[in-house]
Amino acid sequence: MAEKILLKNIDVPGLASFEVYRKLGGYSAVEKVLKNFTPDQVTSEVTKSGLRGRGGAGFPAGMKWGFIDKKTNNPRYFVCNFDESEPGTFKDRHIGQLNPHQLIEGMILGSYALGARTSYIYIRGELFYVLRIIEKAIAEAYKNGFLGENILGSGYSLDLYCQPGAGAYICGEETALLESLEGKRGNPRIKPPFPAVVGLYGCPTVVNNVETIAALPWIINNGGEAYSAVGIGNSKGTKLISACGHINKPGIYEIELGLPVEEFIYSDEYCGGIRPGHTLKAVVAGGSSVPILPANLILKTAEGKPRLMSYESLSEGGFQSGTMLGSGGFIVMDETTCIVKNLLTFAKFYHHESCGQCSPCREGTGWMEKILHRIESGHGTMKDIDLLVDISKHIEGNTICPLGDAAAWPVASAIRHFREEFEEHVKLQKCPF
Amino acid sequence: MPLLKVTIDNIEVEVEAGTTIMNAARKIGGSVVPPAMCYYSKLEGSGGYCRTCLVKVSQGSFKDNRPMPKLVASCRTPVQDGMVVQNRTSPEVMDNRRAITEFLLINHPLDCPVCDQAGECHLQDLSYEHGLEVTRTEEDRRTFDPIDIGDLIKLHMNRCILCYRCVKVADQITDGRVHGVLGRGDHSEISTLIQKAVDNDFSGNMIDVCPVGALTDKTFRFKSRVWFTRPFDAHRECSKCCGKTVLWMKGEEILRVTGRKDKYGELEEFICNDCRFEHKENVDWIVEGPRKIERHSVISQNHYEKLDIPEDGEETE
Repeated sequence: MAEKILLKNIDVPGLASFEVYRKLGGYSAVEKVLKNFTPDQVTSEVTKSGLRGRGGAGFPAGMKWGFIDKKTNNPRYFVCNFDESEPGTFKDRHIGQLNPHQLIEGMILGSYALGARTSYIYIRGELFYVLRIIEKAIAEAYKNGFLGENILGSGYSLDLYCQPGAGAYICGEETALLESLEGKRGNPRIKPPFPAVVGLYGCPTVVNNVETIAALPWIINNGGEAYSAVGIGNSKGTKLISACGHINKPGIYEIELGLPVEEFIYSDEYCGGIRPGHTLKAVVAGGSSVPILPANLILKTAEGKPRLMSYESLSEGGFQSGTMLGSGGFIVMDETTCIVKNLLTFAKFYHHESCGQCSPCREGTGWMEKILHRIESGHGTMKDIDLLVDISKHIEGNTICPLGDAAAWPVASAIRHFREEFEEHVKLQKCPF
Repeated sequence: MPLLKVTIDNIEVEVEAGTTIMNAARKIGGSVVPPAMCYYSKLEGSGGYCRTCLVKVSQGSFKDNRPMPKLVASCRTPVQDGMVVQNRTSPEVMDNRRAITEFLLINHPLDCPVCDQAGECHLQDLSYEHGLEVTRTEEDRRTFDPIDIGDLIKLHMNRCILCYRCVKVADQITDGRVHGVLGRGDHSEISTLIQKAVDNDFSGNMIDVCPVGALTDKTFRFKSRVWFTRPFDAHRECSKCCGKTVLWMKGEEILRVTGRKDKYGELEEFICNDCRFEHKENVDWIVEGPRKIERHSVISQNHYEKLDIPEDGEETE
């Protein structure tokens, strides 16, 4: 890869401090924007860049900003979604922990573009140490005049706060996040209205992922067109992938979108291949909620084309033979992994994290967990497998927020691709692994 | 403001802008009305939770005739001009309704034989119409430790379907809510902070809005099955509320006082605790006449009418 966008200076010691970040050219995008850009120009640069939301849904960021209701006189808010809790995903933490000023710079740029005077970083409750780092960085930014009243004499003022959640996965859903930020129970809201119209405190709000926001300084410094030159098709730019599982080099990698999956798994630059003596069995490509794919379908599409790390290529074939890029939590499993047990772990997670508002998710996630537990512990029947498919089918799409889908997809896909393994559990009346 | 044209199950209706699909369907009436376990027209912001009212929008509007990608909650989706909605006519909707009913029932204790709500329970009605004949669960059902919320109202959390109606009633018509939902997921429960008693003049309405037997009247508890009582419209002068109630009588005795419910099981007007719990003598009331109980509840009919849903889900006249 030619140049890293997000993790360029990540190994520089002391990057979390203002001095080091500034010395490496930090906050130059803020200077540039406040001097020469109107807010709409910032938005148009982002639109031009083709940057897509990195939280999992991949919605074009510029378009999301464009939805903000500018007709009301209410204040507008820009919120950073740092509630990274998807199993397998640990990329945002990396930025927050090692390079908080990049996030703050992105927050200033986004807030300026949207006309927000107060912005929030909503951080996952478990990441308390990262909260401390970010709060220190915010204080430094205030001290050096990049936050607060009249930033760099431009007349633009911005207050930035970092607010920890209480440790609920559901608060990563943007409307639940806003509820939680308002001090209420973190239940997702029923949409419409969308946050761009009725968001935080009933005012127009945009919520973006950490990684999306962290890409903004580079986009402003180098231009939207330069960013859109990186990547492939409608998947522009770079993406952080947090790779874990049975690979030689687990970790966080910045890849140019369009990198072949095979290269990502096997090249020494990235995951470094499957651990010695073992073979690839399956991959969950974008965090626990996306469909699992067996080795043959993750490396090549159903039509035999090589599968690329991009929004389009990974979802090629729909859910029959494809998956999603999601949040970039790349979980690799070798042949020693029991798919049923893995699925049980996921199901347990979604059961635990369901908010309990709407009935399909509240009741269905627990039910699926119980059935999976039964199969894994050797008490399952063949009927249970079909029952699981039936339950997942009726949770999917019927819930208020995507948590229901996230709970249903792994179950449906695991049975779709690994049905024999479920049947083997039933026939042997125990786990074969 | 011009009226919007909506078609629900091939029946056309004109409604004002901002009307939800549910209320448009209620304007038509009859079998096109989706069932609602959590939506309550008198409570602001209610609905959207139970998902029993999901319908299919096969045409978004005249302007944009694409169908909506997912089933939508009819109680929370405003109609568009030219919207075409399928409720009973869509096999997909009926199949999902069957599934939602099952979800609501897998942790419900099904203790109808000892439940005071039996006979006027919306979950009973729903499962009779849309449920399976068999249960597909073999796991233990979820249980909660009982808590005492006062002398007048019995909370039986095991039966709760978390419709949030009682929370919204407390929020919107009483002068201070002391109960809410604690916990998360399938272990969320209606509870008061440190088991405080729910005590205010309008708390009794929680009982009337509860679609199941989770909140029942302690003064009526185990006195009689509802279908053995006879309902009468009655009223009295009341300084706190409208004073218009239904008396549930057995012989000359008033066993229970409730608000008046319309055909969707919703209160016409909220009543105060004074009328509900403190006035059970015949001299307290001016009886207007027998109350007609609508809908297919067993209280009025002692049996369910045959429902006209053929197997393919298509409705025939």
